[in-house]
Amino acid sequence: MAEMIPIKERMQRDQVQMPEQDPQIRGHNFNEVPTGYTKEMAIYEAQRCLQCTPPKCVEGCPAEVRITEFIQKIVEEDFAGSYFEILKTNNLPAVCGRVCPQETQCCETCVLNKKGKPIAIGRLERFVSDWARENGVHEKLPEIKKKGKTVAVIGAGPAGLVCAADLQKMGYDVTIFEAFHASGGVLVYGIPEFRLPKEIVRYEAGEIEKLGVKFETDFVAGKTKSIPDMAKEFNAMFIAIGAGAPRFMEIPGENLAMVYSANEFLTRSNLMKAYRFPEYDTPIKIGRKVCTIGAGNVSMDSARTALRLGAEVSHIVYRRSRKEAPARIEEIAHAEEEGVVLNFLTLPIKVLGDYETGEVTGMECIKMELGEPDESGRRRPIPVEGTNFIIEADMVIDSIGTLANPIVPRSAAALGVEINKWGYFVFDEETMQTTREGIFCGGDIARGAATVILAVGDGKKAARGIDKYLSSGNSLKESLNK
Amino acid sequence: MYKIVEREVLVPNIVHIKVEAPYVAQAAQPGQFVILRVDEQGERFPMSLADWDREKGTINIAFFVLGTSTMKLAALKEGDSILDCVGPLGNPTEIENYGNVLLACGCFGIGPTIKLAEALKEKGNKIISVMEARSKAYLFWQDRLRDVSDEFHVVVGDSSYGKKEWTNDFIQEYLRAGNKVDIIFAHGCPFMMMECSKASKPFGVKTIVSLTTIMVDGTGMCGSCRITVGEETKFACVDGPEFDGHEVDWDNLIMRQRRYIPQEYRSFSLWERDNWHKIMDVALYEKEKLLMMQQG
Repeated sequence: MAEMIPIKERMQRDQVQMPEQDPQIRGHNFNEVPTGYTKEMAIYEAQRCLQCTPPKCVEGCPAEVRITEFIQKIVEEDFAGSYFEILKTNNLPAVCGRVCPQETQCCETCVLNKKGKPIAIGRLERFVSDWARENGVHEKLPEIKKKGKTVAVIGAGPAGLVCAADLQKMGYDVTIFEAFHASGGVLVYGIPEFRLPKEIVRYEAGEIEKLGVKFETDFVAGKTKSIPDMAKEFNAMFIAIGAGAPRFMEIPGENLAMVYSANEFLTRSNLMKAYRFPEYDTPIKIGRKVCTIGAGNVSMDSARTALRLGAEVSHIVYRRSRKEAPARIEEIAHAEEEGVVLNFLTLPIKVLGDYETGEVTGMECIKMELGEPDESGRRRPIPVEGTNFIIEADMVIDSIGTLANPIVPRSAAALGVEINKWGYFVFDEETMQTTREGIFCGGDIARGAATVILAVGDGKKAARGIDKYLSSGNSLKESLNK
Repeated sequence: MYKIVEREVLVPNIVHIKVEAPYVAQAAQPGQFVILRVDEQGERFPMSLADWDREKGTINIAFFVLGTSTMKLAALKEGDSILDCVGPLGNPTEIENYGNVLLACGCFGIGPTIKLAEALKEKGNKIISVMEARSKAYLFWQDRLRDVSDEFHVVVGDSSYGKKEWTNDFIQEYLRAGNKVDIIFAHGCPFMMMECSKASKPFGVKTIVSLTTIMVDGTGMCGSCRITVGEETKFACVDGPEFDGHEVDWDNLIMRQRRYIPQEYRSFSLWERDNWHKIMDVALYEKEKLLMMQQG
């Protein structure tokens, strides 16, 4: 066991930085960018934790991870114990340790953040779960008493996986229905390999399968079977299908062959492994000068993927300023280090190109300035007349956000599941139940495009809501016969 | 895994398979398609459903062998399995009593058209069908289509079977002769459907085409399949696959269909180098294959 150091020294120590691949090198490979803490680094960082009671950090964690407990176990060099502490509330630790925006969650509420050096909770979470995976440490679960009730989970993304894991641990029989051939949802089709290796997603989904959760891949709920028909077979249902429909700018030239949605570009590269073409059959096009529209995390992923696929120049075009960019600061920094050029206050108005061949030659843009705050609280960008200019580009990636996919909502409407004007489900914040009893929802299809961790939080909340619903003797399939 | 229970080469380059896919078979409707992925390295691609058997839990697909994915599919034998089969996807055809319905089909569109004819006939429509092939030797399932048609015609692109003509020529002549047609359904390659739409447009007869463009997920998630219809962008997978052929921007569609030709050719050459012996019975004609790829 490593020594417990005096409080004063804990306050003085600086955060341990995580080693990263050099930007010059990593810009050309798909290996993970940060390479992870060593054992020594993890212990040194864990020793800084003040072990507050009650812990402020946990207040900022939607997955309710037992942060102080798992960090204490690291200090004690009991990594397996630490891993089990995390698993008590979160079955996707290696994923969350990598992709959560800790700076606005646990690290923001961490007491040490007042001095600007919060505990690197995400890095420690990542270290522990990586250690467990590499050392073949598995959760030993006590015998679970079966409740003899079934739950359908639609969508094997972060919300669905976590909800399924929690319910299975409570004693329910859960089946996950996934439209793709692999589980993980956005974790496998959206987030690139260099941020979240797919092997990790596969592993953590595999661990959830070991809990007894059944996986039905290649199953498009609402098409392969209608939602009313599925509801007839289960005691409760959790819908977490994400917000996967891509939005386009709706400007001229967008249907040229060299214009992609970020979803298509990333799905080809990540899920279908087009970055390993022709070993894998799925092709992907890459331009020499790639222009990505938008400044969210997905836009950064697209711009960085473009560089790795061989683009010489990778631009990001965003109509607001750096301050309003929705991407994590860390992601923007990583992109800039690798050479992505960010163009703020720039609005694309036309994609230029050849309609015979489908090639793109450039993008006409207009300069913007910030006006009064709009309904989102951010200052509204206004075009500055006469500032039109052309950005040279031979490929454009639309990454301006996503919308709700209507397949499931349309099919669920027959049961009285209501949607709001944006196509997302109307739900109860407390239980995550939709307007139809027995059908719950969570993740992006409930709140619009958000983060992995909020989806995880929803999954947990819904699991409790479903448990409450079923424990009170209710049942979805029986309610249909009423 | 989805087991292939039957496989036959119908004519050179067109293979018919029957696959165990109980969920798909249970829900399938005329006009729908599935997404297949043959193996772990494979891509996802759409295929129109040619038939299904709800009781036996099987679906039928007749496909044209063109690139790596269809080659891989053609190389599978009875008893082998396809890794992924998702569906049924897309909106079913609107089956109504239209009156006189003209069904034009060719190639992989023949199977789906037979199912469509059955459903339309049941609704009381008069079925006039026309089937096309490059040559007499490339015709298949004529009897099946004839059985569900009130009027049945065959056209071929050379002089091996009467007059040389294609379905679009037939449509033009048929409408010009004053025959009453209330709606046309065309199913075949994009070029054939474009020509049929052009042929019927001057006569103002609504023409529905089935567009299974390049897709990845097939559920409206990627936008790869997007096409221009009227002035609007539509997703073939969730808004279609059926559209008004007179409204479709065919130039844009064909340009987008051609966008991976260099990659497709490279991928195919590599696969063929190691696996040519697996597809001997498909009787590929090298020259024709190259020509098809150039034409997209």
